[in-house]
Amino acid sequence: MSNQEEVMEGSHAVAHAIKGADPEVIAAYPITPQTHIVEKLSQFVADGELDSEYVKVESEFSAMSSCVGSSATGARTYTATSSQGLLLMNEVLYNASGLRLPIVMGVANRALGAPINIWNDHSDSIGVRDAGWIQLYAETNQEALDMSIQAYEIAENQDVMLPTMVCMDGYILTHTYEPVSIPEREEIQDFLSPYEPEHKLDPENPETFGTVGFPRDYTEFRYQQFDAMDNATDVIKQVFDEYSDKFGREQRGLIEEYRTEDADIVLISLGSIMGVVKETVDSLREEGKKIGAIKVRAFRPSPAQELIEAIKGSDVIAVLDKNVSIGKKGALFTELKDELYSSDVNPLAKNFIVGLGGRDVPEDSVKKIAKKAEKAKEHGRVKKEIEFIDLKEVYDND
Amino acid sequence: MTRLEKKERFTSGHRACGGCGLALGARLAMKAVDDNSIATCATGCLEVTSSPYPQSSWKIPWLHSLFENSAAVAGGVEAALRAKGKQDINVVAQGGDGGTVDIGMRSLSGMLERGHDVAYICYDNEAYMNTGIQRSGSTPMNASTTTSPAGEESFGNENRKKNALKIAAAHNIPYVASASVAYPDDLIEKVKKANEINGPTYVQIHTPCPTGWGHEGDITVKLARLAVETGLWVLYEREEGEIKDVKKIKDRKPVEEYLKPQKRFKHLFKKEGGEERIQEIQEIADSNAEKFHLDEE
Repeated sequence: MSNQEEVMEGSHAVAHAIKGADPEVIAAYPITPQTHIVEKLSQFVADGELDSEYVKVESEFSAMSSCVGSSATGARTYTATSSQGLLLMNEVLYNASGLRLPIVMGVANRALGAPINIWNDHSDSIGVRDAGWIQLYAETNQEALDMSIQAYEIAENQDVMLPTMVCMDGYILTHTYEPVSIPEREEIQDFLSPYEPEHKLDPENPETFGTVGFPRDYTEFRYQQFDAMDNATDVIKQVFDEYSDKFGREQRGLIEEYRTEDADIVLISLGSIMGVVKETVDSLREEGKKIGAIKVRAFRPSPAQELIEAIKGSDVIAVLDKNVSIGKKGALFTELKDELYSSDVNPLAKNFIVGLGGRDVPEDSVKKIAKKAEKAKEHGRVKKEIEFIDLKEVYDND
Repeated sequence: MTRLEKKERFTSGHRACGGCGLALGARLAMKAVDDNSIATCATGCLEVTSSPYPQSSWKIPWLHSLFENSAAVAGGVEAALRAKGKQDINVVAQGGDGGTVDIGMRSLSGMLERGHDVAYICYDNEAYMNTGIQRSGSTPMNASTTTSPAGEESFGNENRKKNALKIAAAHNIPYVASASVAYPDDLIEKVKKANEINGPTYVQIHTPCPTGWGHEGDITVKLARLAVETGLWVLYEREEGEIKDVKKIKDRKPVEEYLKPQKRFKHLFKKEGGEERIQEIQEIADSNAEKFHLDEE
C-alpha cells in the first residue's frame, strides 16, 4: 500500500477521493458547509489535475438536473450539496433514482430552516430518505473519503444502479482537519469498475428514457427500485470488504459494533457523533458498566436486520437521532423499532434527540443518555420513549 | 415549398389530438435535426402523448426528466458529450410554453448563460394544455383559459404575453428565432440553423391547440398563418444580437380574423366592452408592426 497520509479538512479529503474516482462531469452549486468540496474540485479542474467537465449551474435544482442528463449519457457524475440545497433538489432526487442513474453526491449534513441555521444535524438527508437513494454516513474524514470512492462501485453495480449519497457532518467533518490516508489515483481506478451502463443516450442505439408509467406498469418500476435497494445490501458489504482488504481499512458491514459483547445497554447512532459515543462507552466500561455502541454506516438500504442481530441479548437500546420527525420521533429510532416488532428481539427502546442545529454533544450528554437507559433497565420499562437531550430547563421534557 | 425530408424522427402513432399544432411542430423540428442527435423533453403534452410506456414516437435518443428542467438536463447531456469527445452529437432541448417561460425559466436562463451547445425549442401553444388549458405566462391578453376564465367581471387573461424571445436574446446567445407551423420551410431552416450554430440557441414555435384554443383541427395551420398575417406572431431571427429576416406582411389583416375562429376569444365578440378589448389586441399587433417594420409597402 502506497497510501500517503496527510492532514487536511474533511471537504478536501472528499475532493481528493473524487479526483481519484475521476468523474467525467461535475455539476454543482455552492452552499455552506459543502463549499470547500466543490471549491477544491474546481481548483483541481483549473489546475489540470482533474479532467472533468465542471458545470457551474445556477441552482441545486439544475445541479441535480444536469447530473441526470450527464449520467443518462453514460458519464460518471458527481455533485455535492447540503441542507436547503438538498431540499431544492428534492424533485430531481426521486427522478434520478426512478431513472436508475448511479449519480454520487456528497451531502454536508446541515440543519433546515426556519430558523435558518448553517450547522450540523441530519434533518436534510433524513428528510429525503424515501427518494430512492442509497445513504451512507461517515464517522470520520477518512470514512467520508473512502465512502466517496466506494459509492461509485456500489451505485454503478448492475444489480443496483441507484444514486448514492455520502453524508458527512457539516463543519464537524467538512471543516475539521484530520490525518487521512489518500489512495493513489491509479489504485482508485484499479478498484473501481469502469462505468459502462447497459442503457444510455446514444444515437447509435436510440432509446427512450423517462416514459409515462401507467397504473398498469408503475408498480413494477417501483418494485424494481425496491429490489435494487435490497440488492444493494450485499453489494455494499462486498464493496466495503474489498475496499478494506485492498486499502487496509476495517470498514465492513452496514453497521459497526463497538464493545457490544455482553452489553446490557447499547447506544446506536450514525455519523461523527459516534466518536464521542465510543469514548463514553470506554469510560463507562472502565466504571464496570456493560455498555456498547453501534454505528450505522448505511441508512438506506435499511441496516435494521444487522442491527437486530447486533442487539440480541441487550436489555436497553438508546438511539441517538440528530433529526426529529415533527409529531413523531427520530428516524433511526422509529425504523429500528419497526423492525423489532416482527423479530424475537425485544429490548427496551429509548429515543434521544441530540445535536440539532449544531448543538454540541459532549461526553456528559452521552453519559446522561446512558444513565437514562440504565434507569429504564432498573425499572424494567420505558416511561418516555422520546427525550430531547440538553433542552433548556424552561421546557418541560418529562 | 421545398419537398420535406421523408424521414420521421417523431413518428406517427403518438396520442396527440387531431390537428395538434405541437405534434406538427415537433414533427417538423425533428426533420431539421439529424440522426446524430439527443433530445430532452419537458413534462407536458409532447412528453405525455409520445412516450406511453412501453411505446415511443422518438427515433432519436430521448430523455424526459421533469417539467422545469429540460434545459438543465440538456446541459448535462452536452457536458457529458464534451467529456467523451463526442461534440459531433447535437443536443436539442424541448419544452412547452409553461415548461419554458414559466417554471423552466431558471434552468433555461442558466443553460443559455453558460453557453452550452444546445438548441432549445419552445413549442408555444399559449397555455398549460396538458393539465387542462390553464393560463401560462405565454397566454395572450384577453384569452379565456380555465384559470383566467372570461366571466361577468372578466375578459380573460389580464396580462400581455411574456416575450421569451427577448429574454433569451438578453443572454447574448448567438441565435434566437421565432417560427410557426404554418411556415414549415422557414421552421425547418431555423431549427437547422439553431442546431448548426455552436453555442446555445433558442427557437420558439407558435403551435395552435384545437383543444385549448377551441377551434376545429382542420384550421390549425390556417390559424397559425393568421397569427403571422395579423402581426400578432412575428417571424424573425436574431443573430449575434441583430434582428434579421423579419417576415414582412402584405396587407396585414385585422386581428378579428385571427380571434374569431377561436373559442378562447369568443367573449370578446359577445360581451359588452369586447370591442375595446379587441382594439387592445389590435394595438399589440400594430405595435409589433411598427417595431419590426412588418408592413410591406
